[in-house]
Amino acid sequence: MITLEGVRKDYGGEVTIGPVDLEIPRGGVTALVGPNGAGKSTLLTMVGRLLGLDAGTIEVAGYDVTRTPSKDLAKVVSVLRQENHFVTRLTVRQLVAFGRFPHSRGRLTAADEEFVSRSIDFLDLTDLEHRYLDQLSGGQRQRAYVAMVLCQDTEYVLLDEPLNNLDMRHSVQMMKHLRRAAAELDRTIVIVLHDINFAGHYADHICAVKDGTVVEFGPPERIMTDEVLTKVFDTPVTVIEGPNGPLAVYY
Amino acid sequence: MTPATPAPSRARNKGRLFDWKLLVGVAVVGALLALSLATGVYDVRGADDGGEMFAITRIPRTVGLVLAGAAMAMSGLVMQLLTQNRFVEPTTTGTTEWAGLGLLTVMILMPGASIGTRMAGAVLAAFVGTMVFFLFLRRVTLRSSLIVPIVGIMLGAVVSSVSTFVALRTDMLQNLGVWFAGSFTSVLRGQYEPLWIVAVVAVAVFVVADRFTVAGLGEEISTNVGLNYNRVILLGTTLIAVATGVVTVVVGNLPFLGLIVPNVVSMFRGDDLRGNLPWVCLLGIGIVTVCDLVGRTIIMPFEVPVSLILGVVGAFVFILLLLRQRRRG
Repeated sequence: MITLEGVRKDYGGEVTIGPVDLEIPRGGVTALVGPNGAGKSTLLTMVGRLLGLDAGTIEVAGYDVTRTPSKDLAKVVSVLRQENHFVTRLTVRQLVAFGRFPHSRGRLTAADEEFVSRSIDFLDLTDLEHRYLDQLSGGQRQRAYVAMVLCQDTEYVLLDEPLNNLDMRHSVQMMKHLRRAAAELDRTIVIVLHDINFAGHYADHICAVKDGTVVEFGPPERIMTDEVLTKVFDTPVTVIEGPNGPLAVYY
Repeated sequence: MTPATPAPSRARNKGRLFDWKLLVGVAVVGALLALSLATGVYDVRGADDGGEMFAITRIPRTVGLVLAGAAMAMSGLVMQLLTQNRFVEPTTTGTTEWAGLGLLTVMILMPGASIGTRMAGAVLAAFVGTMVFFLFLRRVTLRSSLIVPIVGIMLGAVVSSVSTFVALRTDMLQNLGVWFAGSFTSVLRGQYEPLWIVAVVAVAVFVVADRFTVAGLGEEISTNVGLNYNRVILLGTTLIAVATGVVTVVVGNLPFLGLIVPNVVSMFRGDDLRGNLPWVCLLGIGIVTVCDLVGRTIIMPFEVPVSLILGVVGAFVFILLLLRQRRRG
């Protein structure tokens, strides 16, 4: 379980995140949705201790993220930001292997190598494992980063807009991989999503964020309604029944 | 579906450190070093005190080439990882100039200072200067990776003009000139021994290689895997400062070495730091030895400072790298 209590982040002046009180249950996929600048990514990065908070507490699986030593936390929660541009030339396998760093501190054991292989296979990167990252397409590279955080073998996985820059096919593939990771590997996955329909279809829980606060939290059927979405996104939204579940139409 | 076959053993990351290619490299560099031992005006085999001269000048000079070449190439590599910029190395970030200023300050304040004291001054100044540069990089987000070395070279120029001014006022300009022209001419027995310190630095870099590679992926990825990013930066800066400071005091300025070597190795082998380190050291030694040999033979019996040859070769490779970068976008 991820618990946020009275979490606040001040950006000097009017822009403030919080106070946020939120409980994200263990297991499944939880999607953070909301308009631009609502604070979804900020919340996610604070949970992932990449950003400090100005007030309140955040606990992941009972560990206070501001007090727990970073290297212990690295075995409980992993976080991936959306902008990942490396100057370093690494192969897919070398990158994924860094996911084992919290466990091996750089000296990979046979068990670590096994983990690396499984993560690579899990994201269908087996044939690409010795390619350099700069030789991959955007979708493949994104999969490699996700393989790295899965390889970290943490109960909680936080991803900031993993569908960014992916086309339809790759977005669907990525969401299926994440669902599978939640189901088969028993991970709790928290993602920031831009496309409400992806959230509606693939997430178990949706957390709607607006103006720095959580306005709604619940299963997709509770969020995917005209009233809630219109309120959250400040634009008229109609939810219709599609062939595979509810669809938000906003254009 | 094909029938289930036992999974072929997957290639591991941890390839063998020493393969036949590296052995070939070692042999080539070994031959260069032997040539370096054999090159010189003094007839070490004919003259009566030939053996003595060999021990006083030739061996120290060759050991100096090995240590300084490896140290500067490695400093460049670590610096490039920590700044995430391919065009950075001690002479394009002002580190060398800071070391020079530190050296000059010690020479003015304590005219009779031992080589140890002078070195401490140079290392300290190199550390401060590199930290200033790193902090600057963290404060400002530079759009283009090319701006970074330009800022560094500018910073270096400012520091070096301060040195020149101070030297002019204190009548030390000639010392400064001699120092700026990095050369192995004065690497003699009794003077070069401190260079062994950089061998310790090399071992340290090898031990913490993985941490530097992780830090090279950025602060967020480092924090994610539980690495104390700031501590790694501090450690890296310290190692760079020690290597640069020591080489600066004993040999002088060795421009571009730290720039070209890691880039060339990365082109062929990617950026797995631990696996690359032997190659980076080897290529650094090789290049500096070749440049030194050229400098020694081109106007025999006189010598051209190795920094001059390195500058010409380095500038050429630097421009090639820039063009290549532009082509790749």
